[in-house]
Amino acid sequence: MDLGPYLLLASLEGAITASILALTAVGLSLVFGVMRVVNVAHGEFFMLGAVASWFVATYLGTHPAIGFIAALLIAPLLVGALAATADWLVLRRINYDPERTIVATIGLLYILQQGTLMTFGPDARPVEPPFNQRLAIPWPSFEGGFHLTWPWGLGTTSYKLFIIAAAITILFGLWVLMSRTKIGLIMRATQLDRDMAQAFGIPVERVYALVFGLGAGLAALAAVLIVPVQQAHYLMGGDPLLLSFIVVIIGGLGSLPGTVIAAVLIGLSDGIISVFFSPTLAKILATLLVALVLVFRPQGLLGKRIA
Amino acid sequence: MSSARSAHILHLGVLGLLFAAFFLLPAYHQGNLARILVLAVYAMGYNLLFGYTGLLSLGHAVFFAAGMYGLGLAMHLGGATPAPAFLAGMIAALLVAGVIGSLALRTVGVAFMIVTLMFAQAGYLTILYFGTYTRGDEGFVIPQTARALWGFDLTDPTNRYFAALILFAVVLLFIGWLVNTSFGRSLIAIRENEERARMLGYDVQRAKWIAVTLSGLLSGMSGAAYALLFGYAGATFASVQYSILPLLWVLLGGAGTTIGPLVGTIFMFYLIDFASEVTSAYMLVAGVAFVLLTLFAPTGIAGELRRRALPWLP
Repeated sequence: MDLGPYLLLASLEGAITASILALTAVGLSLVFGVMRVVNVAHGEFFMLGAVASWFVATYLGTHPAIGFIAALLIAPLLVGALAATADWLVLRRINYDPERTIVATIGLLYILQQGTLMTFGPDARPVEPPFNQRLAIPWPSFEGGFHLTWPWGLGTTSYKLFIIAAAITILFGLWVLMSRTKIGLIMRATQLDRDMAQAFGIPVERVYALVFGLGAGLAALAAVLIVPVQQAHYLMGGDPLLLSFIVVIIGGLGSLPGTVIAAVLIGLSDGIISVFFSPTLAKILATLLVALVLVFRPQGLLGKRIA
Repeated sequence: MSSARSAHILHLGVLGLLFAAFFLLPAYHQGNLARILVLAVYAMGYNLLFGYTGLLSLGHAVFFAAGMYGLGLAMHLGGATPAPAFLAGMIAALLVAGVIGSLALRTVGVAFMIVTLMFAQAGYLTILYFGTYTRGDEGFVIPQTARALWGFDLTDPTNRYFAALILFAVVLLFIGWLVNTSFGRSLIAIRENEERARMLGYDVQRAKWIAVTLSGLLSGMSGAAYALLFGYAGATFASVQYSILPLLWVLLGGAGTTIGPLVGTIFMFYLIDFASEVTSAYMLVAGVAFVLLTLFAPTGIAGELRRRALPWLP
């Protein structure tokens, strides 16, 4: 059979990975950019989003679409509030010292993950998608004149396409928030010069809590979107964390456009490489690549070199 | 009494106590303590880099695993006897640490942590990828008959305890000696003020590389000893969790103190042991400990002791 349809399918799966990854990684990048701290617990906020989505869908118990919309609103808010509280109670008190923040967020990682294990349990639980029509994809063929064929198995679902559209919408919304609103301006000012922002009367500590919550909320939002395709599980935060690290580093620490571009790059190539090679090998290559990018080009692909 | 002498007496006292503990403790705790002593060697290796040189690595599991698989594979596939296999484990850890050190040390701060994390992750995945030889997550058992060193059967609890104690003693005395040499002092100078150490003419980069390599070697020795004494090697020991644990032990016991790693390992081992009887979510204890430590006791148990009561504590 032709390679083309396979490649198309792989790119489509890759685009979904890329969408989710972009949302999660932008959350991590935002926190790093504004606060200059690495949030190791970021993957757990992703996991909490998925788990919260399951709880909402289960306890609302009506039509999947209502549960989904409710989860889309409730889960990010809940997780964001939790993250902001953690920031206020812990990170603020250690003065955002980079090393101690890493240690504290490692602690947070275990608390959230193990807390979920105690309440949600060790099982993977599915959430029903709000809509899920199967769509067949035509494939152009030029044998004996141009016509469209529908090769066997080449298809996707409407929900998967919705994920991609939703991610693009959310990222656009975030861009508007950062570049066109007062809150975005305040966040950018804090990022540029914390002390100067403070001197101009910006409540830096509250901005930090907001940014930390926003970053976690984005991860939770990504999880709500993906959980109808994947399943909610208490250990699901590991892979998004690692991939987000990779994306944020390749894109240049703290650069939001770089992060999105890197997410698309990594997501697509992950999808395509996994079809043709072993996924483990793909991960080994990706992690080594990141380590070497950090070693030899620490500013990332789009980041600016800090003099 | 000079502080160097009190330090020496303290170390010998701790070793004496551990020697006596074998005859006083019931069998269950003897076994635990043997495990703790081996893991404390890992913690001491980590402490050399984190506590003394001030470099926070999130990827030490790769060194532990290098030692473990260096010994394990030499015995499992190569049919080597324990002594050369242990040497193979040390060489494997030395090579891995030397290479990773020379690359990772080109970065500083947060980037260093992430680079070490990434290298360790690549190491872990490599072990999974070569599952035909390493048996991946499932791991492999080193048969009881092969685990005899110079006529001593290391599966016997008594021999095992004293083998662990000897390894621990050698490393403790070595660290106690090292941190008082001019090289050890230059590491502390780098931790306190890297720029100033450089200005004073120290080759900071070289000293840091030696610290990473030495720290990796000690971690690898612990990994090799763990595989030899407890007869099992598995990919779990290369996972992120085993990079995080030595950080926890050292932070709890006291970074930059010679006995801190042992104190932290004992405390954490029993805390987790106790918690795992109560709930399957026993790593919750580790999480809470991390947060509380960063908030209230960033210098750990031995560090607090040094600050409050015993300023001479090494």
